[in-house]
Amino acid sequence: MLAAITSLMLLGFALGSLLGLASRYLKVEGNPLQKEIEEMLPGSQCGQCGYPGCAAAAEALANSRAPVTLCPPGGVVLAEALAGKLGVSIDLSTVEEKQPMVAFVNEGLCIGCGRCYKRCPTDALVGGPKQIHVVISDSCTACEKCIDVCPTACIEMRPIPVTLQTWHWPKPSLAYTA
Amino acid sequence: MKLFRIRGGVHPQEHKQLSAHKAIEVMPMPELLRIPLQQHIGSPAVPVVRKGDSVLKGQLLAHAQGMISAPVHAPTSGRIIAIGKHIAPHPSGLPVRTITLKADGNDRWIDLPGPVDPFTLDANEISERVAAAGIVGMGGASFPSAVKLNLGKRFSLHTLVINGAECEPYLTCDDRLMREHATEILDGVRIMMRALGVAHCLFAIESNKAQAHEAISKAAGNHNGIHTVKVPVRYPMGSEKHLVQTLTGEETPARALTADIGVVVHNVATAFAVHEAVRFHLPLISRVVTVSGGAIKHPRNLRVAVGTPVRELLAHCGGFREEPARLLSGGPMMGQPIINTGIPVVKGSNAVLALTAAETATHPAMPCIRCGSCVKACPCGLVPAEISARTRHGDLQGAADLGLMDCISCGSCAYVCPSHLPLVQYFNYAKGELTARQRAEHKQKETKRLAEQRAERIAREKKAKREAMMRRRQAARKRTKSEKAGANV
Repeated sequence: MLAAITSLMLLGFALGSLLGLASRYLKVEGNPLQKEIEEMLPGSQCGQCGYPGCAAAAEALANSRAPVTLCPPGGVVLAEALAGKLGVSIDLSTVEEKQPMVAFVNEGLCIGCGRCYKRCPTDALVGGPKQIHVVISDSCTACEKCIDVCPTACIEMRPIPVTLQTWHWPKPSLAYTA
Repeated sequence: MKLFRIRGGVHPQEHKQLSAHKAIEVMPMPELLRIPLQQHIGSPAVPVVRKGDSVLKGQLLAHAQGMISAPVHAPTSGRIIAIGKHIAPHPSGLPVRTITLKADGNDRWIDLPGPVDPFTLDANEISERVAAAGIVGMGGASFPSAVKLNLGKRFSLHTLVINGAECEPYLTCDDRLMREHATEILDGVRIMMRALGVAHCLFAIESNKAQAHEAISKAAGNHNGIHTVKVPVRYPMGSEKHLVQTLTGEETPARALTADIGVVVHNVATAFAVHEAVRFHLPLISRVVTVSGGAIKHPRNLRVAVGTPVRELLAHCGGFREEPARLLSGGPMMGQPIINTGIPVVKGSNAVLALTAAETATHPAMPCIRCGSCVKACPCGLVPAEISARTRHGDLQGAADLGLMDCISCGSCAYVCPSHLPLVQYFNYAKGELTARQRAEHKQKETKRLAEQRAERIAREKKAKREAMMRRRQAARKRTKSEKAGANV
């Protein structure tokens, strides 16, 4: 009787302390999925998804509170990757790719105040004080943050024109319905 | 010589008899020439002339830029009246930077250095001359030829293959060139062999061009190492990877170059241009173009100045016999639609076709019946039906996994499809879309990098500011201490 009680108690202590140690040393900080998703997102903290930054968006995605198509700069490519990661199926043919835009500074109105380049998450705006600012179109993600701060409303978003290098054949349409 | 069978392929009706018996005719110089600055794969050329300049025939108009590029020369003497955008010879109809030259009618050449013996030049000098002459692959792909002549430095090559297959229906420009200029072509071939450092050349001609074969064999008779080979008539025999496989039995690995298996392929028209450029310093300013099709009144083979509008070619051939159902630049299998006859002939244009409704098979598409005809026809060993189904449903990655990127867009699958499915059209779309996605992915990576760098910079600046403040505070504290000490003294 005594032997049984002691042995069970010892077993309980040993396993309990093992669990305690494990929870201390093998602790998982936060949701690992969230971290992985955050790494996949562009990280420009542009806020176009409606969440304050990519970390918040990743959290929403990890808890399946947001659709995988939430990130406009990521486009179809990212939506596909996220769907693969989260194991959800999306019909990519229904994903409307937003027409790619790029910021444009109207040089006649720019007063060189420098507010826009301080806000730009990808350093796509360059310029000095009292000098006209310009957009490096390859770096611009069209997050529209600069539009909000411009005191003379001289920044606008323009569609990126299709060139011979970027044009490709459209998807053929089939008359019949299979 | 033993030939090897390639898989797949189709036998479209040839229609070559329309223009094969017509000797190459020099087309009169048009009044206005539109010379695009990008007639090749790679970076566009940079203009060295300005609006209003007078130029002579053969004068450099724009120089090459970057590693893969080609210069552009004046096809005749005249005045530059514009450097701006003009509709490109491209199915998109988008504009491309173009030099507009108004011919003065004198057709006066620039002073050219005297002819040289190319066999006193070394490989580098030859490829430099080919590059300076603006020669690009004239079979249609328009890849700068000098880059391909330099492949000997990176790969160990053993054979040069000259592509005289001309497997596309209707096309006869290479056929005529071989019949009429065999000696010149052979000279070009020997120059290219010297540049590549190979001792062996296979000159492949499809067996439906008996006269061309005879002319080339006769001209090649007294040169060592050049063998003329009759290859069977089958589309797409002129695809370089398939031609090499037919001749050597070796298959080029997926997404690799034929140079990886020691072979370089050049077109016959390119060989002719190399002969003119290296021996006589003549830049590439004209090419032979077949104008044919059931809707053309007088089909012809014309030597046309680069920049001549397609409209002029059609007018020179007597216009249309009947309203064409389709206008094409290139052959009927792989050619691109001409949406505006104002587009110019460029270095890579080999034909202008006007096809009647009877010649173009336009049937409504029906559902796939899984007959497998496309699988049998595909020369690359792919499953077109499956790839197109995945493409249709937006699964481009799935299509790529099935070998989409190994498709050469030859159109054999769409040609044989009994349901008239636009198979090759799906693949062209999918390839373009995948490239666009790669670009988007690249941009996203760059965005991430830029955002990270910015965050790091802001953190650094903040830290520097804080440290500066600390230092200032410490200094101030020290000062007050010493002042106190001074007051005490």
